[in-house]
Amino acid sequence: MPKISNLEELKKLRDKSIAETAARKEGRFRVIIGLGTCGIAAGGRKIMEAAMEEIAKRGLKDVSVETTGCIGMCQNEPLMDIVRPGEPRVTYGNLKPEDVPRIIADHLVNGNVVEEKVIGRPE
Amino acid sequence: MATFRSHVLVCGGTGCTSGGSDKVLETLREGIKANGLDKEITVVQTGCHGMCEAGPIVIVYPEGTFYTHVKPQDAKEIVAEHLLKGRVVERLLYKEAMHSEAVPHYKELPFYSKQVRLTLRNCGYIDPDSLEEYVARDGYQALAKVLTEKTPEQVVEDIKASGLRGRGGGGFSTGMKWMFCAKSPGPKKYVICNADEGDPGAFMDRSLLEGDPHAILEGMAIGAYAMGADEGYIYCRAEYPLAIKRLLKSITDAEEAGLLGENILGTGFNFTLHVKEGAGAFVCGEETALMNSIEGKRGMPRPRPPFPAIKGLWGKPSNINNVETWANVAQIMFHGPEWYANYGYDKSRGTKVFALTGKVNNTGLVEVPMGTTIREVVFDIGGGIIGGKKFKAVQIGGPSGGCLTEQHLDLPISYESLTAAGAIMGSGGLVVVDEDTCMVDMAKFFLEFTQRESCGKCIPCREGTKKMLDILIRITEGNGREEDIDNLIYLGTQIKTASLCGLGQTAPNPVLTTLRYFRHEYEAHIREKRCPAGACTALITITIDPAKCVGCTKCTKACPVNAISGTVKQPHLIDQDKCIKCGACVEVCPFKAIDKK
Repeated sequence: MPKISNLEELKKLRDKSIAETAARKEGRFRVIIGLGTCGIAAGGRKIMEAAMEEIAKRGLKDVSVETTGCIGMCQNEPLMDIVRPGEPRVTYGNLKPEDVPRIIADHLVNGNVVEEKVIGRPE
Repeated sequence: MATFRSHVLVCGGTGCTSGGSDKVLETLREGIKANGLDKEITVVQTGCHGMCEAGPIVIVYPEGTFYTHVKPQDAKEIVAEHLLKGRVVERLLYKEAMHSEAVPHYKELPFYSKQVRLTLRNCGYIDPDSLEEYVARDGYQALAKVLTEKTPEQVVEDIKASGLRGRGGGGFSTGMKWMFCAKSPGPKKYVICNADEGDPGAFMDRSLLEGDPHAILEGMAIGAYAMGADEGYIYCRAEYPLAIKRLLKSITDAEEAGLLGENILGTGFNFTLHVKEGAGAFVCGEETALMNSIEGKRGMPRPRPPFPAIKGLWGKPSNINNVETWANVAQIMFHGPEWYANYGYDKSRGTKVFALTGKVNNTGLVEVPMGTTIREVVFDIGGGIIGGKKFKAVQIGGPSGGCLTEQHLDLPISYESLTAAGAIMGSGGLVVVDEDTCMVDMAKFFLEFTQRESCGKCIPCREGTKKMLDILIRITEGNGREEDIDNLIYLGTQIKTASLCGLGQTAPNPVLTTLRYFRHEYEAHIREKRCPAGACTALITITIDPAKCVGCTKCTKACPVNAISGTVKQPHLIDQDKCIKCGACVEVCPFKAIDKK
């Protein structure tokens, strides 16, 4: 570990460490991927990787990436839900990895639902 | 350290480790790697979560799913189901003792929702071996603030204003103690951390040292600055190998990071810290004996005054505080004294950590604000008595403390209220006792402990506790005499007044308080040669009722000493000379034909 010789450096280490342990609480923004057997078979893992990559690329904070089991809409897998604080949960379906960056950018970041990919609003 | 979508926390406290959490951790890591999840999910070993009863404990974040009693094969299932497919493994969730409903999330568990975890805030949440994780939880911010913004006098004033009092049991104002040491003249001073936790059933300090070692280091560095010390010792008992290992690692890391050692954070303040291992003597938890032990002398108390603040370690002004006291310091300085004083009751501010053990459902480590009642601790957090049995008493403060009964259940916990009731706050051991425990036997247990641990320096403690123990042994063996109770009270009060140190001054407490609240049990032993709880083996007889016995031979097989004889389908008989009164036959008899009284 490099030496911390002043307050500024301690603060920097703190900010970096907070970012690295952020997954230990539920973020205010949530991305939820369907990873039941159906989700996995339809390529859900690729969706998750794409989502994580996009979040890392944009340096988004306060976002938790979660998984969920089968919700009964197997024909529409891979599924991905987006939850923004204070807004209803939106479920996207029939996704390809290339759809993910757009949903992250338009919906998660800017709050504009990507209607053409929406298959439901569970809540 | 990279960013992961999920952190899986595995408890690495002593309780969970002895339950096999190391193997669980290994299995989780292997499973995650085998499924190609190692870029998304990380496994972290943490300190104690406090809920030792349910260990080994695994928590999956960000959801905060709380898994209990996890075995290595369960770990495989957690990987295959939860981590890979997002399905919670229902059967491993915590189930409440009273209801059978599963509670999925950490924060919803009644065990945690009724607690206020200030001192234990990082225990079970961070990797204790990681300085970075401590820093992420505002670690070393208080030290930085103190070194750059406050004078030593202001720090002492803040600690005074917070109302913090000695958590080792004494209850003396920490701020006052610091002030005495700070005002004591001399270029060389020491700060010491008393981590010689020896009370039977107490593990508050161990869990703190294992779960959040940097918090102790930071607290001590702040104390050293306030009192003008540049060197410190942590006196930790050698029976805590994990705590010592983590302390040494945290000291090395903090030194490397420039948060301990020379010129800390470029402010010119120096503070070096050593760990001294204790050799297992209970008396070394007494401050003057502890300092003798650090100096390499025999661990025996020395008379006070002079107090350590004037003449302590190697004759230099020293300040000694308990682990839990030190653990509060950084937080008080970070949030301000008013924040801390906000919690608490009457003259006891802040929170107190208790090691909850005995006949209670949720044994473990709990932290509650001062003023919480014993009922809330035992029933709401502790989940009540095992097997729905009747609550009898709590022994609070370990071998130096006393017992409290049902009439004290609604007593708000504070230093003053406990002392008034005949017990003491002590370091935080809280042993729950049910109807099957004999109070004379329990008092004997604690006195056996203190008698054995008496260092022998002063006569009242050395000889007095021996005499008291002789009387108690006599009573529990059915040879008690009418004058024994008076003699116990006489001896007890004399030992309390005439002993040199805290060990002797408090050793009679378990006897005196059980006499105060359960005198009738002593009398039953002495006059009727009867143990009301059915625990003293010399006073109970186990017999088979020939009218009820059908000769099923179950008891014969259960008896470990072959004391039961009889032919099949004929009533059996217990040979009283051979019987060791273990009660194994009573438990197996399907016809309730065996009587124990």
